[in-house]
This record gives sequence, C-alpha cells and structure tokens, in this order.
Amino acid sequence: MDIIRATDLVKTFRHAAAVDHISLRVSRQECFGILGPNGAGKTTTVKMIYCFFEPTSGKLEVLGEDARKNIRRVKEGIGVCPQENNLDPDLTVIENLRVFARYFDIVGARALSRCEELLRFVGLYGKRHSVIDELSGGMKRRLIIARSLVNSPRLLILDEPTTGLDPQARHQIWESIISLKKSGTTVLLTTHYMDEATHLCDRLVIMDKGKIVVEGSPKELIRQYAGSHVIEISPAGEAAGNYLKQKGLTFEKTPTHFFVYAQKGPEVFSDITLKFGESGCALRMANLEDVFLKLTGRELRE
Amino acid sequence: MMNISLRSMRVWQRNFDVYLVTWKVNFIPPLLEPLLYLFAFGIGLGQLVKDVPYEGAQVSYLRFIAPGLIATAVMNHGFFETTYSSFVRMYYQKTFDAMLSTPLTIEDVVMAEMIWGATKALFAGSIMFVVTLLFGLLSMPMALWIIPVAFLSGLTFSAMGMCFTAYVKNIEMFNFPVFLFITPMFLFSGVFFPLSSLPAWAQAVAWCLPLTFLVSSLRSIALGSFGMAVIWQILVLAALGFACVLISLSAMKKRLLK
Ligand SMILES: Nc1ncnc2c1ncn2[C@@H]1O[C@H](COP(=O)(O)OP(=O)(O)OP(=O)(O)O)[C@@H](O)[C@H]1O
Ligand SMILES: [Mg+2]
Repeated sequence: MDIIRATDLVKTFRHAAAVDHISLRVSRQECFGILGPNGAGKTTTVKMIYCFFEPTSGKLEVLGEDARKNIRRVKEGIGVCPQENNLDPDLTVIENLRVFARYFDIVGARALSRCEELLRFVGLYGKRHSVIDELSGGMKRRLIIARSLVNSPRLLILDEPTTGLDPQARHQIWESIISLKKSGTTVLLTTHYMDEATHLCDRLVIMDKGKIVVEGSPKELIRQYAGSHVIEISPAGEAAGNYLKQKGLTFEKTPTHFFVYAQKGPEVFSDITLKFGESGCALRMANLEDVFLKLTGRELRE
Repeated sequence: MMNISLRSMRVWQRNFDVYLVTWKVNFIPPLLEPLLYLFAFGIGLGQLVKDVPYEGAQVSYLRFIAPGLIATAVMNHGFFETTYSSFVRMYYQKTFDAMLSTPLTIEDVVMAEMIWGATKALFAGSIMFVVTLLFGLLSMPMALWIIPVAFLSGLTFSAMGMCFTAYVKNIEMFNFPVFLFITPMFLFSGVFFPLSSLPAWAQAVAWCLPLTFLVSSLRSIALGSFGMAVIWQILVLAALGFACVLISLSAMKKRLLK
C-alpha cells in the first residue's frame, strides 16, 4: 500500500505557487527525502501531507485516506517534527509530552509510561521536570522528536529534524530513524544535510521553485548526475579551463574552483596532476551535494 | 456543525493545567478586585450617594452596583483571555500550530479557547459573586442564577474577543477594542448609575452595548425581580455570542490555514 500518494499537488499563497504540480508516492517502511534550496516548497508540501494546509488543487491520499476529507483519521496516524520549534513554554518537559499525548486521547498510566520511555529514548529523562526555556536548542529538538512519537505514528514526518544538533545527537537520531523504519514506520524527511539524506533515504526528490527537479535513490542520482568521482581544481585558472574544455570533460566553474565530474576519476586525475601538479587538485567520490548544486545551481535564493 | 468534536476539551484541559500550576497567582487578582471596588464605591462614593431608585423602589448604592461589578468581571476576564492570552498562545508560542498536528481541528482549538475564556469569566464572576454575597448584597436563592448566566455571557465576550484576535496584526492593536469598546461599556452600561438618568438618545446608545444587557439582567436577578425582560436580555446575549462564535471560527480558520 502507498502511504502517501500525491497527484498534481498545488499550493498557492496569494497568487504565488509555493508548490507547483508535484506528484509523489511513498510506500510503507520507506524513508523518503525532500531536498531543495530555501523556499523550494518543502515545508509547504509536508504541511499539506499532515493536513495543516489544504491543497489549492490536486489529489492527496495519506495512509489510505483522503487528506482533505478525513483529516482527523489521517492525523491520528502521523507524527510531526515541525521545522520551527513549537514546544509549549507553559509546561515542563514531561508535561509537554503528556499534554500532547492527551490530544491523541492517550491518557493515564499508559500515557505516563510512554512519555517516560520516550524521554529515555532521546536522553532527556534527567531533565523531565525542567522548563522549556532552560533547554538548549538541541535538547528542544530532541524533545520535539520525542513528542512526534507519542502516538506511535505509522508515518513520521521530520522537517529538518537535525538542524542545530551536535554530531552525537545527529547520529543518535539517525539510528533512531533507522530502527523506527525497521519496526515498520514510514519516514518523510526534509533536510539540508546531504550526508543525512544519503545515509537515511531510500528515495528522494530534489525540489526547486515549487517543482520536483529529479527523483531517485541517492546512489542512482549520484551516478546519473555526478558520475563516480569529482576532481576539484583550485585556483580556477585559464590554462586549466582550456585544458578541460579541450578534453571534453564535464565541469563547473566557480570563482575559486573547477569541479570536474568524471566517470573514470583516477585516470583523469592523474592526467591533470601530470600537467598541472598535485597541489590544488583533489580527487574525491561524487556525492549528493554535487547533484544538488548541479541541478539547483549555486546562486543564493531570495 | 463545523468539525468540532469532544476532543476539543483536551485543549481546555491544557489551559486548565497551566492555570492550576500558577493557581495562587491566578486567584489573587480576581479576589482583590471586588474588594477594591466595594471599598472604593461602597465606602468612598457610597457616602455621597445614598439610595438609588430601582423599579419604583429605593436600593442602597452597594446593592445597586454589586451585579454590575459581577458583569464587569465577566466581561473583562472573558474578553482578555481570548484576546491577549489567546494571541500569545497562537502567535508567540505557536501552541495552536502544535495542536494542529494532532487529530484536533482548527475549530476544536478555537472553540476550546473560547470555552476556556468563558470558564475564566465564570471563575472571576463567581469570586465576585461570593464576595458580594458575603457582604449581603444579593438576594438568595434567586441570585444563584447569576452563575450560569455568567458562563453564558462569558462565552459571548470571549467569542467577541476571538473575533478581534482573528484580525489583529500585532498584540498592540488590541488597545483599540479595549479603548473603543470595553472601556466605554464599563462606563456607560449602567454599572454605576441607572440608565434612566441619561437623556433618551444616550439610553438608546447604551442599549446597543452588550454589557448593558448583562448588567440589566444580573441586576434583576440579584435584586429578585426576575421577569420576561431578563429572559429576553439573556437571549440577546446568547444570540450575539452564537454569531460571534461562528464568525470567529471561520475567521480564525482563514487566518491560520490561509
Ligand atoms: N504561510 C505562508 N504564507 C505565504 N507564503 C508562504 C507561507 N509559507 C510559505 N510561503 C512561501 O512559500 C514558498 C515555499 O516555502 P517553504 O517554507 O515551503 O520552503 P522550504 O522549502 O521549506 O524552505 P526552507 O528550506 O527555508 O525551510 C516560499 O516562497 C515562502 O515564502
Ligand atoms: Mg522548510
């Protein structure tokens, strides 16, 4: 069964389309990523999926229900970690979870044991009676992730879950996501960390200006759009540029660097270093960031 | 109707939980407020003003203003909860956004906020009720009707507050309804003097203010002169409350979900 099935989804804010005819399918137990520059429409897409925004047009089915009609039923099965922290500052750490569980009609001893279990899971049990303002940014993030799990969701929506976390916390959350996935949870993830997407996502889309630019598994996308290796050359001198053109290599130029995408990386690398010397040349594996920058460009978004 | 379920009581419970945490602080102002009023008006102004004519009889000034003070407490606490307090929860704390990622709908959340406002109005009205009762200013058992009327009209003023909350851009803008609406009502709805002492045109204006209806009905109840007029006044408040509930539900939905 498809957990998410979106067809021709559009969301318009005052005439400007934030999400512009996108279609996607996510199946059970998949980790599906949405990447894209700032303002691409990731959060807007995700908010339609958890029934916060009603789509302007298009068809949207989530957990087998029409997301316009059976809003309550859809939301019952979803856990959301929003991009913006919205913990309840009037309540303590554990009260935040307990009150949130109550919104799902989870009450009493069952709620309390679930909340304590989750606080242990994200390493905040010792802070359970703290007020929210006393938590660090990363702790708040971890608490939100715990909160998104109170209803044991079938679909977990994580909008930039690890932004602002230290490497320890990030890796711990990655492990949690993987173990949740193993136990049958479907995960929808947006992130700006390409290593995170590569590590976690079975499939992903890259969005730009409200549209899906490309879809595939991280490996496929890297192979297809960046080849196997990238050679970085700095500074981006004229001689090197002419050489690359003459050899018919695919490359990009920035003010300081050439990025050469090559299927046969090591061979090309030794050719280049023979001609221009080792210093300022580096060979590395192609990664998702190369794909991302190649497809969405290097300019800042307004 | 519009997607409201019993689950919305979960939102009410959230507000009640927060209220209980600081209940001592929450309790003191509504308790001191009536004492201050009674002191100022009873002992201060009461020396100058002896008896006030009411329905052909003479009543003491304190007995005259006591129901008005209950009405004022109901209005203030109902209105301020769904304006300033709800706005803080909605705008600064993003509490509504968090609730909306659960099976709660926007209608659940907004309705619960208004019922919570009515509850706060009920608390404040009840404290005022008890204090004035202890001063012997209410005629029992008829005066007990003040309690349900306080809740109902509390909902009316909460719903009015929520209508403003659905439209204001920032929290400072609440100064307008307070200055143009709440303060004039406090002064000209017959809390402090009989409306009959005003010229006819001013009386007509006063009967356009919701608080006038509440003061008048509570005064009839408190002084034991219950009649058809009271029923009508309460029905007007209920109808106004119902209209404001409908307006605020749809306006808040537009505001939050665009
Ligand atoms: N509530 C809103 N009202 C009006 N415009 C909005 C609203 N939310 C988002 N937008 C606009 O929609 C577009 C997409 O925004 P969105 O938040 O979905 O981007 P995003 O991909 O999540 O970006 P980021 O990486 O910065 O989180 C932006 O141009 C934004 O200005
Ligand atoms: Mg976003």
